[in-house]
Amino acid sequence: MSRRRTWRSLPVVHQLRQSVGLQRGMLVTGLVLTGVLLLAAVFAPLLAPYGYGQLRDADGAFGAQQPPSGDHLLGTTVGGYDVLSRVIYGSRTAVFVIVVAIVLSIVAGVLLGLVSGYLGGWLDRVLVVVADAVYAFPSLLLAIVAAIVISGGQSSLVGGVLAAAISITVVFIPQYFRVVRAETVRIKSEAFVESARVVGTGTWRIMTRHVLRNATRSLPLIVTLNASEAILTLAGLGFLGFGIQPTAAAEWGFDLNRSISDVTSGIWWTSIFPGAAIVLTVLGLTLVGESLNDLADPRLRSRRRAADVPPPADVAVTPGGGLAAGTAAGPEGDLR
Amino acid sequence: MTARDLEPVVDIRDLRVTFATDGGDVAAVKGVSLQLQPGEVLAIVGESGSGKTVTARTVLGLLPETALTRGAVVLRSRDGGSTADVATLDGRDLRAVRGRDAAMVFQEPGSVLNPVYPVGWQIAEGLRAHGDVSKKEAREVAVDVLRRVGIPDPEERVDHYPHQFSGGQKQRIVIAQALALNAGVIIADEPTTALDVTVQAEILDLLRRCRDEFGASIVLITHNMGVVADLADRVAVMYQGELVETADVATLFADPQQEYTRTLLGSVPKLGQGAARARDRAARRPEGWADQPPVVAARDLRIVYPGRFRKPDFTAVDGVSFTIAPGEVLGLVGESGSGKSTIGRAIAGLTPVSGGSLTVLGTEVAGIKEKAFRPVRRRIGFVFQDPATSFNPLLTIADAVAEPLVVHGRAGDTDDARGRVDELLEAVQLPKAFGDRFPHELSGGQRQRASLARALALQPELLIADEPTSALDVSVQARVLELFDELQREFGFAALFISHDLAVVDLLADRIAVLHHGRLVEEGTGEQVLGAPQDPYTQRLLASLPVPDPAEQAQRRARWAALR
Repeated sequence: MSRRRTWRSLPVVHQLRQSVGLQRGMLVTGLVLTGVLLLAAVFAPLLAPYGYGQLRDADGAFGAQQPPSGDHLLGTTVGGYDVLSRVIYGSRTAVFVIVVAIVLSIVAGVLLGLVSGYLGGWLDRVLVVVADAVYAFPSLLLAIVAAIVISGGQSSLVGGVLAAAISITVVFIPQYFRVVRAETVRIKSEAFVESARVVGTGTWRIMTRHVLRNATRSLPLIVTLNASEAILTLAGLGFLGFGIQPTAAAEWGFDLNRSISDVTSGIWWTSIFPGAAIVLTVLGLTLVGESLNDLADPRLRSRRRAADVPPPADVAVTPGGGLAAGTAAGPEGDLR
Repeated sequence: MTARDLEPVVDIRDLRVTFATDGGDVAAVKGVSLQLQPGEVLAIVGESGSGKTVTARTVLGLLPETALTRGAVVLRSRDGGSTADVATLDGRDLRAVRGRDAAMVFQEPGSVLNPVYPVGWQIAEGLRAHGDVSKKEAREVAVDVLRRVGIPDPEERVDHYPHQFSGGQKQRIVIAQALALNAGVIIADEPTTALDVTVQAEILDLLRRCRDEFGASIVLITHNMGVVADLADRVAVMYQGELVETADVATLFADPQQEYTRTLLGSVPKLGQGAARARDRAARRPEGWADQPPVVAARDLRIVYPGRFRKPDFTAVDGVSFTIAPGEVLGLVGESGSGKSTIGRAIAGLTPVSGGSLTVLGTEVAGIKEKAFRPVRRRIGFVFQDPATSFNPLLTIADAVAEPLVVHGRAGDTDDARGRVDELLEAVQLPKAFGDRFPHELSGGQRQRASLARALALQPELLIADEPTSALDVSVQARVLELFDELQREFGFAALFISHDLAVVDLLADRIAVLHHGRLVEEGTGEQVLGAPQDPYTQRLLASLPVPDPAEQAQRRARWAALR
């Protein structure tokens, strides 16, 4: 029983170990898709045959709207870029935006949620109203406004990515804020927080040492779900023309936008591949998020059936009647 | 009696139940065989995790999907016409048996009744499930059964919602639900654990009438030996999923055969045990002890919780005055809602004082700022009711015990304080190695001992213990109380011991104060309060307390009935 926390109890790894059947299938599929995305992003220069902004090589210009061939496995776009290279490099932009957006929104959202939930009072009311107001906005509209404010609609390399990331951050902060605040309010009344107060622990120490770590349980779930939403928002921005210039970085939404006219003229390769990349990435992240959600809830989690033969007697219960929460609460706790 | 009457209504044969959990399979019941005779009250007793609830629930097929059941549970219908093996039934057949042949009374009446339907509707629902009854008939049955379980004005109250009833009345309604279908077997799972002692006595009386007047057989699941002595005809003792001993109630209490049963009965605190100890302690006090300034002094203490949504304010504590001298243990007794916990929380600075005066260790608490109170905090220890929630689940026991030392600058971090932590763990009889464990890896009793260690870390002059043993099993409770007494003698702190259990308070306290609806109704030494109670409420409280001795309890019951 006295097992220390190891890598096995890390989020995701822990859930993967405890999942069975269909839930495991969903989680593994999601993890594989997400893993492919990350690998493509990390090794993009090795995987892609050309650069994302490359229009010509030693043999001359690629030519526009070339069908898939030996030189260009997935063909070329209307602007004359290699589709395969842009799809692979696009994963870099996607991951970059996800990471920046989530880091920014987690830091701000968790901090605000913690302070608001623990201290309460007028600060809490103001923050909740602001969060509700942001919620009420259509997120894409808000992202567009933020993108215009941040970069004036003109997107350069880092500027474009940051504009997209920050605009997504604005939309996401209320979500983290809400979740952390709700958890904080719940934990605030737990006996262990009161016990810290009785001892005379300072407010800041209670918030960081006792509340914060217990309030972040459901964050991995929101992170994965938000990551998929971030991709969609980024693609939406790109599709509407607020994205990143093709010479600055590869971006799937922008490529989709450029391929609109191709669709009617039978040129399928320019839209299918960036579109599929978006769908698979979102699918992968959502599967991970949904599986984590199901696994986190003991009522939704499926377990292996008890073996038909009862196990030997010594496995079961700790003596003395006072059973530890982990093992004993199983049978008795589920019944209440 | 015909031969049929002697057949058991419930016949459990070699029952085995296994649960699939995250930690692997857990065998909850390992080969239990039990019979329930018609018109009998069979008590299944045992500590948490003994499998008593699981065994009883199989009679209704109420186990979760993760359970695997082996063996037979034969349930005979009331007229003896049909028998069914519940362990193999499912779906429609199981639903037909539930309610008609066997019904369940749960522990927490507040959460069993659906808050959005009138109680009459909920009673009628069972009738509708088992046959075609008109609305009018169902209502008549509901009114009738409510009257018989002792709800006043049943014609009117049948349309009331659960929140309009008190806890005891809700439990009566749940029992009425079982009686409406005229179930032959009633499974009562800790039916009085969530209720106050005075209400408990009434519910036990009602259950006795269920058997005498309605002819129901009752399976009573409980950990309270007093309740067993009061109601049961026959007792089955369970431990770790196995049946330890079965005997009729008089034999079991008088002459327990098994070692475990003897230990269990021996751990139950009895009234009057503490008198000698209290006298002993009083004799050892030095001269002039009574003249020292008190550790806690309350005068006309008032604590009011502001009402929400224009509801009137709730006065939890109303004009209470008491003192605690250095090194003295004051036991505070009362039922739920009497304000006993509120007083403890006010002394620890967790609840603001609304009026009167409360002096803690020489500091006036009424209207004090948090910053000014912080230095006083280090001189107060607090032990919470539920050891499962009073530890931060992400900190090790050593971290938690070291926390007061770190906060008050006695140590830089946990490692720095480890020597002192080990001493403290040793003082509460926990192995040093437990410091590296997480709270969920300890049992309830071990956690409560660690909680004591944490409360004593700064060597407080005052310890507040808010129901420290009510979440623990009896045998564990006995050990924790023993330890508390030892520590009190060793460290000499003054203590406010809050409990709803008179016997527990009697064991430890020098003086006992009885609270009722926020007012102090009686105060004095254990002998005065328990031996010759003056206030009618204290008298009623004492008479309601079931004692773990069937013969004596029968006499007490008669006295209680006279007081009512």
